[in-house]
Amino acid sequence: MKYVDEFRDQYRGEALLREIEKISHILGKRIKIMEVCGGHTHSIFKYGIEEIIPNTIELIHGPGCPVCVMPKGRIDDAISISQNSNVIFATFGDAMRVPGSKTNLLQASAQGADIRMVYSPLDCLQIAKENPKKEVVFFCIGFETTAPSTAFTILQAAAEKVLNFSMFCNHVLVIPALQALLNNPDLQLDGFIGPGHVSMVIGTDPYQFISQEYQKPIVVSGFEPIDILQSIWMLLRQLLENRCEVENQYNRVVEEAGNKVAMTAMNKVFQVREDFEWRGLGDIPYSGFKIRPEYAQFDAEVKFTIPNSKIADHKACQCGEILKGVLKPWECKVFGTACTPEAPIGTCMVSSEGACAAYYKYGRFSKLANQILSENQKAIV
Amino acid sequence: MCLGIPGQIIEISDVNRKLAIVNVGGVKRQVNIACIIDEQHPAESCIGDWVLVHVGFAMNRINQKEAAETLQLLQEMAEILRVSG
Ligand code: SF4
Repeated sequence: MKYVDEFRDQYRGEALLREIEKISHILGKRIKIMEVCGGHTHSIFKYGIEEIIPNTIELIHGPGCPVCVMPKGRIDDAISISQNSNVIFATFGDAMRVPGSKTNLLQASAQGADIRMVYSPLDCLQIAKENPKKEVVFFCIGFETTAPSTAFTILQAAAEKVLNFSMFCNHVLVIPALQALLNNPDLQLDGFIGPGHVSMVIGTDPYQFISQEYQKPIVVSGFEPIDILQSIWMLLRQLLENRCEVENQYNRVVEEAGNKVAMTAMNKVFQVREDFEWRGLGDIPYSGFKIRPEYAQFDAEVKFTIPNSKIADHKACQCGEILKGVLKPWECKVFGTACTPEAPIGTCMVSSEGACAAYYKYGRFSKLANQILSENQKAIV
Repeated sequence: MCLGIPGQIIEISDVNRKLAIVNVGGVKRQVNIACIIDEQHPAESCIGDWVLVHVGFAMNRINQKEAAETLQLLQEMAEILRVSG
């Protein structure tokens, strides 16, 4: 497949690996790199990238999985909307199994609520037209990658006067989350792999504060194995040359200024919330979108009475520490025992982009984990 | 969740509603192209363009020149390494 296979090519991959090995040898110290985006976490595990890069490079999995950061309260609110007898509730497949305080959307659907999985938010407009007596509500989640598509869906609903359609908006924003992470004194990082598809919308300029104020290099990356290896190589080179910049590995898709058309639609329909609760990370100021008053008739938070539930995370759950990159999944006490993808306690175990699910699914601890475990064993003996 | 798949626009199916048929890895899909059209790029001019598809929308054009340059750079790196052993 074009623009996919070439970026999985072994010949180029091996060359990059050798360069990475060379530079990390010269650097001669442990390097910690956070990949912000869950899509990268998924690729890193799928292609076993942790296994092939030198031991001295540690990849830390960041908070960029919109499913993983949905707080229980918002899931309970979503379920409560879906219980209205005249509502058809729709969402992306990823959102179906995220645990609320008691159930998830999949279970609510088994218990009789009309909940449908859609591929695109636009599908909801079709459902609304086919069911004029029903209220169709779309539970939208996602970062800036997804927000333009839901904005265009609302614009189209307005243009076509599909008035029995609304959205329960839960879009979250990458920059405020990064800011919150960077302000955490526990976090020690040498650089970031920046989210490729968020950046195709917002561009690379918004990351300047990371290199300027926090003195961390960042390389915006694509999702194929060659992309990720090249990004690691570019970061190491910055460290070697004492540079600290925003670089763009994914320039076949990402432009410095982003996508103006997409951003205009997004800003027309949405405005930034004063704060939004992230699972495990708590309230982060200005970190989510809500629908502007001009489009209130498409806002489920205006159309329905919503409990606005606030529910604390499970006591055993360490998703917050995982999302902040402070702990590794296997360091959570319930990992793989009480918490599995079939019966998740925390959200990082639900989505295939969550760090816990990725570690669980790919059935192996990372090299680093093995190292720690074997050292501990020696200590016991 | 932020996944995107490359595909090529092969036909504009509905100019008013900004819909196109995109070949995504051999499968033809109807995709909304509102994000990639403006005065400089009217819908009709998009046929043949490679785009990145996410939740039923073409989110951005893929820049063929940049892609080729990246691959070329890495190819050269690999060749130099091979020669120098
Ligand atoms: S193992 Fe489960 S509870 Fe523990 S951090 Fe991961 S998802 Fe959360």
